[in-house]
Amino acid sequence: MILTALLVLALALVILMIICLVRAILGPTVPDRVVALDAINTLAIAELVTLGALLEEIVFIDVAIVYTMLAFVSTLYIAKYLEGRL
Amino acid sequence: MIWVIYCFLAIGIIFQALGTVALHRFPDVYTRLHGSTLCTTFGSIFIYLGIILYGVRLYFLEKAGYASLITHTILILVLLMITNPTGAHAIARATHRSGIMPKYAVVDKLKERRR
Repeated sequence: MILTALLVLALALVILMIICLVRAILGPTVPDRVVALDAINTLAIAELVTLGALLEEIVFIDVAIVYTMLAFVSTLYIAKYLEGRL
Repeated sequence: MIWVIYCFLAIGIIFQALGTVALHRFPDVYTRLHGSTLCTTFGSIFIYLGIILYGVRLYFLEKAGYASLITHTILILVLLMITNPTGAHAIARATHRSGIMPKYAVVDKLKERRR
């Protein structure tokens, strides 16, 4: 029962990531795309943790920890590039 | 206990969906950043709390692998609460410095102060 709930949660997160990707493609300016990418990163981390609990693979949660820090660093570098200091 | 897990997961996915809707319904970069970052961070916190309670339930059912599930999820919760607002702040500051202004704004205090 709770495994079904986790599966539904994982599928819903994938659908939300696709909707965010539409904004990343459509976005009129560059910061719009960066904001959509940031939302996609957060959703992907939640997706990884959910799949790790669903499939009982702790490796997925370790990957999610590394993904959090790498997404933070990439966001900071994109912001620095937008600012014109890179 | 299982209904508490269901409630946490439901609150989490509802707020993630609100954050995704906010990306499409707002007219401006700054409002989109505000809505999407706040809602996705709040929803992620509740999803992780649900996963932590799922690990506690695995402990009471005496299954293997609960300890690393709980500790790693707590670690990723702390990391997300530190990094996500910081990244949003950096994006907003860089957007303002790159010359894109808010759409319906009347005053701009940051521009006045930097002058």
